[in-house]
Amino acid sequence: MIANFFSAADLAALWISVKLAVITVACLLLLATPLAWWLASGRSKARIVVEAVTALPLVLPPTVLGFYLLLLLGPYGPVGRLMLSLGLAPLSFSFGGLVVGSILYSMPFVVQPLQNAFQSVGTRMLEVAATLGAPPLDRFMSVALPLARRGFVTGGVLAFAHTLGEFGVVLMIGGNIPGRTQTAAIAIFNHVEVLDYASAQRLSLTLLIACFTLLLIVYATNRGARREWVTP
Amino acid sequence: MSLSLDLDVPRRDFRLQLRLTTPSTGITALFGRSGSGKTTLLRCIAGLERAARATVRFNDEIWQDATQFVPTHRRRLGFVFQEASLFPHLNVKANLEYGLRRVPAAQRLIKLDDAVSLLSLTHMLERQPHQLSGGQQQRVALARALLASPQLLLMDEPLSNLDIASRNDVLPHLERLHDQLSIPIVYVSHEVNEVMRVADHVALLESGNLVAFGDIQDMLTRPDLPLAHLDQAGSVLEGVIAEHDSRFHLSYVDVPGGRLAISLRSVPLGRPVRILVEARDVSLALSPPQHSSITNILPGRVLDVSEDRDPAQRLIRVDVGGKPLMARITARSVQQLKIAPGVPLYAQIKSIALMD
Amino acid sequence: MTRERSWLWLWLLLSSVPASADEINVAVAANFLGTLQQLAPAFQQASGQQLVISAGSSGQLYAQIKQGAPFDVFLSADSERPKLLETEGLGVAGSRFTYAIGTLVLWSARPGVVDADGNILRSANLRLIAIADPKNAPYGLAAQQVLTALRVWDQFNRDHRISMAENINQAWQFAATGNADVAFIARSQLAASVDGKAIGGSSWEPPQSLYSEIDQDGLVLTRSAKRAAAESFMRWLRADSHAIALIKAAGYRVRE
Repeated sequence: MIANFFSAADLAALWISVKLAVITVACLLLLATPLAWWLASGRSKARIVVEAVTALPLVLPPTVLGFYLLLLLGPYGPVGRLMLSLGLAPLSFSFGGLVVGSILYSMPFVVQPLQNAFQSVGTRMLEVAATLGAPPLDRFMSVALPLARRGFVTGGVLAFAHTLGEFGVVLMIGGNIPGRTQTAAIAIFNHVEVLDYASAQRLSLTLLIACFTLLLIVYATNRGARREWVTP
Repeated sequence: MSLSLDLDVPRRDFRLQLRLTTPSTGITALFGRSGSGKTTLLRCIAGLERAARATVRFNDEIWQDATQFVPTHRRRLGFVFQEASLFPHLNVKANLEYGLRRVPAAQRLIKLDDAVSLLSLTHMLERQPHQLSGGQQQRVALARALLASPQLLLMDEPLSNLDIASRNDVLPHLERLHDQLSIPIVYVSHEVNEVMRVADHVALLESGNLVAFGDIQDMLTRPDLPLAHLDQAGSVLEGVIAEHDSRFHLSYVDVPGGRLAISLRSVPLGRPVRILVEARDVSLALSPPQHSSITNILPGRVLDVSEDRDPAQRLIRVDVGGKPLMARITARSVQQLKIAPGVPLYAQIKSIALMD
Repeated sequence: MTRERSWLWLWLLLSSVPASADEINVAVAANFLGTLQQLAPAFQQASGQQLVISAGSSGQLYAQIKQGAPFDVFLSADSERPKLLETEGLGVAGSRFTYAIGTLVLWSARPGVVDADGNILRSANLRLIAIADPKNAPYGLAAQQVLTALRVWDQFNRDHRISMAENINQAWQFAATGNADVAFIARSQLAASVDGKAIGGSSWEPPQSLYSEIDQDGLVLTRSAKRAAAESFMRWLRADSHAIALIKAAGYRVRE
């Protein structure tokens, strides 16, 4: 039934979008956690610079980011040439390139909520854990992480939705190759270009409903947790 | 097992500078007004603050000196904060087990059940922290700290944030702790009453400096220290339950110098007991009073007479069985009775004052 | 889930669709996308080969080709960029040709607004006219040329009556939604239909003498790993009668 509702190309585009969003969120949660922790608890002056750099994708036009990534990751750029010399294909115009672009593009959406969540954990809880004999990594895993849960949820959801809607970066670095780098958002753009509004609607509504449902689920589960944690 | 400190910690409003060695058992109170540096001192001992110039030594371990700094989690200490600070994402049982699990089994000095019964937590184990009252939370915090098998227990004004009911809930547990634990405890407070009830020694802090240090009976009654001049100033008498009189609902306590009657306590004979006597509840007589409703009379000898804040009053320190007892009487009576150092007399403590 | 199963999922997740030997990667300017989508099945029937179509703006595609994009053929909306690629050695020498010639059209969504002589352009009732940005769209440049030849370009600019759209599709959208009274679009857009319904309204074709010919050139890229297939596609595009008929029906002209 679904196969009749969407064309094969559109299904492929949806699958690529979902794949991209899931992988991006997973990578971002892994990468952003130590970064957000360091930003929240660190005291060095370098913090300010790192914070600004991490927030850059928020204000940078996506096409600019995509363009620079294209230069960097393409076969003539430093990263691309390095990969070629290692016998690997460059990341540009591949799904891997989309992942790299999405990670950079959605980084602030994960780092900032996480950083806020870690900051609101505060020092007291961690001091208590230290007095009870927990070394730093243990304190992080057993106290900071659980108390910052809401930040993870917010960051993950934001990054997921943001990646689903990405256009400029993905178009530039991916090249809109059906079955490989053509995401749902680009497919919608294609349909609009050829005045096939019916297909554009189908895809758009699907994405909209999916995102909205996801958000609903997440905020519903978060609400229950919030009431109990009134930290002194 | 004693704690040795040598600190020089500049802060915004004061400079904490002191040298102190605490005794190896019992409760040492750090007493002083807010802003006197007590909390800073405690946090430096714990390693939660890293003083630039400090030497902290506990037993044979150097926790901090010019060349090294042992981080908090490697110091075998327990810390009870002013706010209970229970982990909100864990229930009471999990909170209690947090420290316990991080102590190797061979080094554990106290079992979960023991701590639970010591702090009366038996029916609370499955509850979440936000469901407990302030006093209950603080008891859990105390038990949690003990379960980490510390060799030193630090408490930062644990009762300050509690209302009267909660305070009266926790205080008896602290007193019991005092009797049952063999590890030294450092207890920060600005409440004289708390100090009187639990401390064995007092370190008096003022603007970051150690003004005096001594055992509690001495510190409370020394006329040159502010403690003796407070409104609730008084003395502490340590005694032993000698007899119960169920007819009059009284228990008799043997203290150095005599026997006192207090309200009946369901405490076994021979159990040590601490009695607080406020100076204003002590009156003096030159000859043993007869036909008086006051039955708590202790013979003694005057140690000194000092001025009080109120010019109409005087503070009299009386040696009773080798321990100081403080009385607050009018200057006029002092002159009329010719009370002076060396004069033998009788101290009368209005019985009601000893009931609590 | 068993270990083996999770590896399978992981591989599926990460793998991309492998390129098959019967596929030709074509980068096409967005305005020709619809037409190419119609040509693709015809080509497949004729040759057995499939077109994998990537659409974008000519400028974006040009940048990507310069950065090593894996396309075999580039069908641009102009002739500048293919010429550049040829000069830069990124296009196979001799493979460049004009695959379609665009025709400019002035259009309004409402019937009766644009008359057969384009007099609407001199009417005081004209509040807003949408054109593609002349800086990056050949149709936009052509529109500017027409308006200049008719001596209304400066006037329109002074009166702020010109709306610059990103591309002719957006220009069309401005007029279709009524935000602009008229728009300069491509005749190929008129030939298209929205959800099966023909686009109505009224239109006027300015004489070719008023603007330079909009040549849409295409070429085979030197990076292509399937040059023979790519060249066979280009030959088909240029000479096959069925292909030419489709292109004309889509509103373009071809080189005779």
